[in-house]
Amino acid sequence: MDYDECYRSSAGIGAGALDDELKTEFVVGGEAGSRVGLEMARAERDVSEVLSAADTAHAVTRIASEIIEMNGGGAELAVVGIHTGGVPLAERIVAALGRLGETPAATGTVDITLYRDDLSQIGPAPVVRSTDVAFDVAGMTVVLVDDVVFTGRTVRAAIDNLMDLGRPKRIELAALIDRGGRELPIQPDFTGKRVSVEPDRIIEVVFGDDGDRVITYRNPAGRR
Amino acid sequence: MGLKSKDLLGIQSLDEGELRVILDTAANFGTVAARPVKKVPALRGKTVANLFYEPSTRTRISFELAAKRLSADFINITAATSSAATGETLTDTAKTVEAMQVDFLVVRHSMAGAAHQLARQVQCSVINAGDGPHEHPTQTLVDLYTIWEHRKRFEGLKIAILGDHPRSPVTISSIYGLKKMGAEVTLVGPSTLIPPGIDQLGVRVATRLEDGIAGADVILLSRVEITDANRLQIPSLREYARFYCLTPRKLELAAEDALVLHSGSMNRGVEISPEVADYAFPLMVQQVTNGIAVRMAVLYLLAGEHE
Repeated sequence: MDYDECYRSSAGIGAGALDDELKTEFVVGGEAGSRVGLEMARAERDVSEVLSAADTAHAVTRIASEIIEMNGGGAELAVVGIHTGGVPLAERIVAALGRLGETPAATGTVDITLYRDDLSQIGPAPVVRSTDVAFDVAGMTVVLVDDVVFTGRTVRAAIDNLMDLGRPKRIELAALIDRGGRELPIQPDFTGKRVSVEPDRIIEVVFGDDGDRVITYRNPAGRR
Repeated sequence: MGLKSKDLLGIQSLDEGELRVILDTAANFGTVAARPVKKVPALRGKTVANLFYEPSTRTRISFELAAKRLSADFINITAATSSAATGETLTDTAKTVEAMQVDFLVVRHSMAGAAHQLARQVQCSVINAGDGPHEHPTQTLVDLYTIWEHRKRFEGLKIAILGDHPRSPVTISSIYGLKKMGAEVTLVGPSTLIPPGIDQLGVRVATRLEDGIAGADVILLSRVEITDANRLQIPSLREYARFYCLTPRKLELAAEDALVLHSGSMNRGVEISPEVADYAFPLMVQQVTNGIAVRMAVLYLLAGEHE
């Protein structure tokens, strides 16, 4: 997830919230709740699917098996999700590792807010979430998990955060979507899918009880 | 999200939403102190200056550590060792310090309104670290944080506040903060120590300790001592202690497991009996730890832009 999207999440427009957002926009138009209206609003945003629920599940399983292939087992393996989108994805990957019989030794979450390089440029202070790494990272192979990797700045911040918690043996990066556009020399070790979309589009992983999917839509001008 | 003003001058000017943002943010800063590297880079490049015209150890050190754990640079100016001792005005001193590109001024002064006056004259953020008997917002935020940590609610909580109210740095802030969060507040003390008109803030007044703490969920205490300023209102510490000392027997009148929060430097045997002091001490120490997290949250939130 890139900084802008991260910021959107902190403002309450995060994963799964697109429909709510569209409804809100539509209420402004006057016909709240109408199905046709919602469809019109979706067309306006040019919403399309990047990965179906089946494709997403398949990608998660493949990432899990690649992690095992690269590291050979879960004994010294830790899976750490980056807030916000990386956290549910990390849970999916941990579950997939478990199905393959290699449950990782530890799991956790990191919040990169305090490690951002643009804190003085982005308006009101963004919401700080908890960094919950309750194990000793020293000597561990830590797989950082983010839903979408874009500029690489979030990952840089997450690495710095992890380093302050100890000295991991190795840090690897898993991302469901790699949308290119890197501003730092950072590449994921495990990728679900590479896509290329115009810079003004948002890619969102929608986590749901009946399966997860990935959609993309236009970011309306002037909105963050 | 965030705070509406660049300054934190008092609890009076904050709304319930802002108070909750500060408490939520503080909760996440609490974990930083438990890490091997007790530092995050959030305020790298910012400078915090403590401008203290009154002696204070806990508040001063707490702000210093909060600033340093956010990677800000920090300077300490105390009146006794600065140009203020030569008679320079508060405003002149503050503007001089601001000219050194300071981003935060943390001000402690004996005169009510000192921080408010400065906030109008300087561009940087001003944090009130106690302006005499008026407000001491961060101390109240720490109390709110600790109460929240233990009770997870404010609505309907019965809170009794004891102390030398006309001179206490926390009475007014505590009343504003607790009322905004929906608690019921009772001010306890001899009528000489009850500020006239205080009931207009929506608090109950009890001149008997037994009435004041009956059924209380939380008891807020602050140090009571005889000074030149109050010796006409407190005949003697023995007399005060006779009627208002929180003893185990009096504490039984409060709710079961009532929280006893003391703001620091206990005067054992005066406002709190040694037994209750021992009972309340662990919580007071926890308050000191929480104080750093709360002040980190305040610095962090003020560093963002404002409406």
